[in-house]
Amino acid sequence: MSDFQIKKSSTVYDAIVVGSGAGGGMAAYVLANAGQKVLMLEAGQYFDPRIDAQQMKWPWESPRRGAGTTRPFGDFDASYGGWQLEGEPYTTKDKTEFEWFRSRMLGGRTNHWGRISLRMGPIDFKPTDGLTDPWPITYADLKPFYDKVDRMIGIYGTAEGIENEPDGIFMKPPKPRLHELLIKKGAEKAGVPVITGRGAVMTEEIKGNKDRAPCFYCGQCGRSCKVYGDFSASSCLVIPAVSTGNLTVITDAMVREVITDKDGLAKGVSYVNRKDLQEYQVNAKLVILGASACESARILLNSKSSHHQNGLANKSGVVGKYLHDSTGASVSGFLPQLMDRKRYNEDGLGSVHIYSPWWVDNKKLDFPRGYHIEYGGGMRMPSYGFSGGVPTQNGMVPDRNGKMKEAGGYGTSLKDDYRRLYGTGVSMAGRGTAIAREDNYCEIDPNVVDKYGIPVLRFHYKWAKEEVLQAKHMQETFLSIMKEMGAIVTSKIEGAENNYGLEAPGKIIHEVGTIRMGDDPKKSALNKYCQAHDCKNLFVVDAAPFVQQGDKNATWTILALAMRTAEYILAEKKKQNI
Amino acid sequence: MNRRDSLKAIGLTALSTTVLVGACSPSEEKKEVVASEKEAGREQWETDRDQKLKAETFFTKHEIATISVLVDIIIPKDDFSGSATEAKVPEFIEFIVKDIPEHQVPLRGGLKWLDIQCFNRYESSFIEATPKEQISIIDEIAYPKKAKPEMLAGVAFFNRMRSLTASGFYTTEMGVKDIGYVGNVPNQWPGVPSEVLKQYGLEGIKI
Repeated sequence: MSDFQIKKSSTVYDAIVVGSGAGGGMAAYVLANAGQKVLMLEAGQYFDPRIDAQQMKWPWESPRRGAGTTRPFGDFDASYGGWQLEGEPYTTKDKTEFEWFRSRMLGGRTNHWGRISLRMGPIDFKPTDGLTDPWPITYADLKPFYDKVDRMIGIYGTAEGIENEPDGIFMKPPKPRLHELLIKKGAEKAGVPVITGRGAVMTEEIKGNKDRAPCFYCGQCGRSCKVYGDFSASSCLVIPAVSTGNLTVITDAMVREVITDKDGLAKGVSYVNRKDLQEYQVNAKLVILGASACESARILLNSKSSHHQNGLANKSGVVGKYLHDSTGASVSGFLPQLMDRKRYNEDGLGSVHIYSPWWVDNKKLDFPRGYHIEYGGGMRMPSYGFSGGVPTQNGMVPDRNGKMKEAGGYGTSLKDDYRRLYGTGVSMAGRGTAIAREDNYCEIDPNVVDKYGIPVLRFHYKWAKEEVLQAKHMQETFLSIMKEMGAIVTSKIEGAENNYGLEAPGKIIHEVGTIRMGDDPKKSALNKYCQAHDCKNLFVVDAAPFVQQGDKNATWTILALAMRTAEYILAEKKKQNI
Repeated sequence: MNRRDSLKAIGLTALSTTVLVGACSPSEEKKEVVASEKEAGREQWETDRDQKLKAETFFTKHEIATISVLVDIIIPKDDFSGSATEAKVPEFIEFIVKDIPEHQVPLRGGLKWLDIQCFNRYESSFIEATPKEQISIIDEIAYPKKAKPEMLAGVAFFNRMRSLTASGFYTTEMGVKDIGYVGNVPNQWPGVPSEVLKQYGLEGIKI
């Protein structure tokens, strides 16, 4: 006798949204507020920053003092998840590498992200380099939605009038910290512009929004925010959407596949409950995937039927292909002129106060497109690994008596060095355009299933020479800024043998492109409204529809696209097209 | 959003799950015995893992005694703050080697290396040696660039011990106060104080 059964619900929702991150959260928010009855399935557990944020905790409140043993970004970081999840493997092919970060929680990875919120620009949508693909939409198509996202969620920044770095509707920005002024001065000498950062942190009240309070400058956005002062999909989208009474959320619901009817249309979703391991099937008039670029591709590829033998929405065969993550490389060191610096609270806010938008004319370069630079440093809260570099740095600078001394040491003299060198650190990291290429992809590994019996993804990803050359350019730029600042570089300078420090693909956690949109159904899975060419009641709202990323972090574009798609759904429903 | 609405959000989640789980027979429920209560914002397995690690002991009494001497050599009491043992750094190291097991062999082996060095020179273990004898060995492993090749194993051990001591000390209330970190409080950020701008000649720099 078998207990196995699939529990089928008789309710038919207006829409099922898979995933509760930026894309799923926005789609559910727009639809629920328009009166649609929406069911959201989240693979992870419930998370409300107001209750669950580790914000304002001191390092001694963690037995590992904030070390990243169980959470890659440290014990206080908000993410339930990481590059490896127990019982949920993925594989790689042909000795290539890809690192896949997953957060299993309401709001997904938006609970812990850097809140750096850059619009893609006109050239990002319609590139002219001949190597990277154009989108089926322009910046002008998306601009109204970026504007609405700015107003609804809140973003700080300054209007700069840079063509491919479009200005938004900005709240007042945070003032620069000391090391950031030194960076500005040094970068200018190196010919690199530095402008005010742009981040999804409320520095002012949002009129009419009583749920959220402005930033109080603890600098801990990565832990998520108890007053909802920054953007998380949990606090700003899903929880408010639930309070409309139109959104039902089921957590711990790991989606297996999209179910289609005899005409090939989506009619529901099957999932396994992670807690009781029972199987469920839920139904809706349309299905919206926002499970993350790779997870949504996985669901489609696992949703095979007689109508969709190649996987759902995959007659073109592009699902899983064109996977790309931002390029990333970094350099770090310290500023001797900041030794023995005056102490004061410079926590600031937890996103970037400054950054460098891409500035070089590509005619002079051996790679297309470019990167932006994010900067770090300052008098931060101590945590595991604190001042690990001091016993090396103390041999690089004169002591209190102006004499050089031997690196290392112990005792009162070392203790003095820890104090002298505190707050002198500085770092810079590039985030650049990776090229969407057909042979960087994820596919179903025919040999491996996860602990729920769902076939897993297998990745194939190689950096192209243009991306390596871009990393080389990053490194040279960083070293020249460090030199102009008078900084001493302490990180290892990688050469050609290690791709100039180019991080493994996936490490930047900006992966996009696996269910690309386009006008030609033979070459794309979705139309320009992120509606499947082969299945008109199926939509994708995460970063999977991206044709080609810019150097900009993906979240603001995910939000704008998801809002646009949700409004399109409402309009199409009105016309009775879906 | 008020508390009532947050609770509603959670309630709705629980309700919808319950409705669908309804078909599940009661005997299948509560099979799992949960060892510890759910902490806000932490996954159950993390809490369980912490409790399990805290219940285990890795270092022997002799090893912990040796660690206690070493951490106070690295961070002694001075005019500004107390010593590493006063900040309970040995207890932190006991926990962290269970949390991050790759520390275990290098630390256990390094402690043994230190005792053997000491015994060969002074016919006593490290903790039984005189402070002068102890320091004579530490001086040979505390300066990586000038250490003799035969002392490199000791250098690697001391580097690790020094890093863990700094991690353990500066992440306590005493250490945070010593280093002068004054944040982690709700505030407004008015920018760099004017006297500091002046000190570094940055009054004219605008972003």
